[in-house]
Amino acid sequence: MAGTLAEKVWEAHLVRRGENGSPDLLYIDLHLVHEVTSPQAFEGLRLAGRPVRRPDLTIATEDHNTPTLDIDLPIADLTSRTQIDTLRANAKEFGVRLHSLGDADQGIVHQVGPQLGLTMPGLTVVCGDSHTSTHGAFGALAFGIGTSEVEHVLATQTLPLAPFRTMAITVDGELPAGATSKDIILAIIAKIGTGGGQGYVLEYRGEAIRTLSMEARMTICNMSIEAGARAGMIAPDETTFEYLKGRPHAPEGEDWDAAVEYWKTLRSDDDAEFDAEVVLDAADLEPFVTWGTNPGQGLPLSASVPVPSEIADENERVTAERALEYMGLEPGKPLREVAVDTVFIGSCTNGRIEDLRSVAKVVKGRKKADSVRVLVVPSSARVRLQAEAEGLDVIFKDFGAEWRNAGCSMCLGMNPDQLAPGERSASTSNRNFEGRQGKGGRTHLVSPLVAAATAIRGTLSSVSDLDLPYDVDITTFDGSPLPVPAGI
Amino acid sequence: MEKIHTHTGVGVPLRRSNVDTDQIIPAVYLKRVTRTGFEDALFAAWRGDPSFVLNQDAYRNGSVLVAGPDFGTGSSREHAVWALKDYGFRVVLSSRFADIFRGNSGKQGLVTGIVSPEDIELLWKILETKPGTEVTVDLEAKTATADDVTVPFQIDDYTRWRLMEGLDDIGLTLTNEADITAFEATRESWRPKTLPAKHLPSVPIEAARPV
Repeated sequence: MAGTLAEKVWEAHLVRRGENGSPDLLYIDLHLVHEVTSPQAFEGLRLAGRPVRRPDLTIATEDHNTPTLDIDLPIADLTSRTQIDTLRANAKEFGVRLHSLGDADQGIVHQVGPQLGLTMPGLTVVCGDSHTSTHGAFGALAFGIGTSEVEHVLATQTLPLAPFRTMAITVDGELPAGATSKDIILAIIAKIGTGGGQGYVLEYRGEAIRTLSMEARMTICNMSIEAGARAGMIAPDETTFEYLKGRPHAPEGEDWDAAVEYWKTLRSDDDAEFDAEVVLDAADLEPFVTWGTNPGQGLPLSASVPVPSEIADENERVTAERALEYMGLEPGKPLREVAVDTVFIGSCTNGRIEDLRSVAKVVKGRKKADSVRVLVVPSSARVRLQAEAEGLDVIFKDFGAEWRNAGCSMCLGMNPDQLAPGERSASTSNRNFEGRQGKGGRTHLVSPLVAAATAIRGTLSSVSDLDLPYDVDITTFDGSPLPVPAGI
Repeated sequence: MEKIHTHTGVGVPLRRSNVDTDQIIPAVYLKRVTRTGFEDALFAAWRGDPSFVLNQDAYRNGSVLVAGPDFGTGSSREHAVWALKDYGFRVVLSSRFADIFRGNSGKQGLVTGIVSPEDIELLWKILETKPGTEVTVDLEAKTATADDVTVPFQIDDYTRWRLMEGLDDIGLTLTNEADITAFEATRESWRPKTLPAKHLPSVPIEAARPV
């Protein structure tokens, strides 16, 4: 029978098929762990006297709470320090590999898996974090789980799961200059809504997806959860294999050949049936920005703040009114005239080396607007090292930006990197919920290119607003090809 | 998880409807790293009120909560069940439960029995007239008895079976451990292992400083 990519990966992990409506039992290939959602899971094991079944399929890192300044000093916030100390103790007690703050392999969990070559096509990947969908960019079935499920995977390396439905999202055509994969996913979410993907595994496909780098694909899959989906996937291809080859944990020799042969079968069959399908033309896209308090409230940058009185649906009108009140935005104001206080470049959505290169390319030789503070937070310590090796840190510092250590940082403000009440940000992260980046903080989600242009002009801007022409090729820096080296 | 066939304990009448999980345990307690020791957090906002039912001696050691409709609505936090269990509750009876709360309860050995609104009223009257009255909950018979009154409750068969067998989710999965082991033997050698650890050479990471 013809199958979709998601169904093929599901079937390949079936330990036991559920009977009489009970869920299927699926094997988990890779379990990523961080300090926030794991403490009670480890405690549950301890209380029940259970070991971690497969420490060799488990890896932990510190990311949500870690400071991005003074990382060699004790963590000031007591709750953060307790969560991190607890993870360290648990990793030691249960024999789990941990990359701690200060370690070259520390970083956001969704960067660490791919950069070590642990994330591969055809795997099941879970983590107590909703943005686990990131790993779907490799053709893995990857999704976030709750603390009880974290404990379940630690104890059994399996999860009982009810089957998902499948949705194909086909993005045809070619992205125009200045638009990025972030704009593709923001446009998708605005189109299908924050609940549009509920119950589905999304498969992104089409010409515009195929031409994207692995990092750009990760940005898209990362935000599948913002469309309500459990997971997002992209079929693996040469771009995927190229990214993986030579990474520390990538298969070698005969294993590599066998793996690639299998990975090439991981695509939806031509006659596979999806439960739903959405089609977009990339050529219609332009830089996108959110104006409200959920990721579905987004518009092209050339648009104006919505006027609630013009919205027919009462629910939507009330929602928009509340969002605009929280955001402190005047209906009808052109989005390009909205001034921001902070620009945040980082997160598991857009904190990778390619994102940093694209920002550096825009800001090189310029100065940030005086009214704006700019934080650049690499997604991992390796990404930071790589950026420094390429001289990007100097470009950022000359621009007037703060060059920080790696972590989740201002994406969710669990560490000291927060917005003050009423402060407005242009952020390359994934959620613009009320209070997400700090109590009373106002978030506009944007691509790294829009973040860079905004940092220069002080108002929401795209690179087309800049006085100098911008080279659209964001995969190279300074004109010379820069392949992503293994390990970042 | 302990097997439960019958449970007998002091009944606590909670004459409130729509007790959401923020009332059961406020968000501020979610920062903890343990899954036990939440007894002080249970109904934290109400515990300061001397007239609150759990502040009365006769009910203090209660283990069967008899609550109004729509118990456990709101956030999906599993802490709500931990707090009830840590305090000593083994059973909650209500005419209606929020789905996620009921699911979380069943997984963690807290019995949630659905009792008709009229029978809840009947139980409340007995527990209020004679504070300290014990309630016996019989999972086999699906009944709750206080004094000379016995009322039926509903619970789905799967959850009831699991409670009576004392099987948590993990215990349940481990009944299939042979299948898991057999599956593991078929996994291809290219699939990644995190141990032994491989990575690029370790280098010192310079700490960024405030500017």
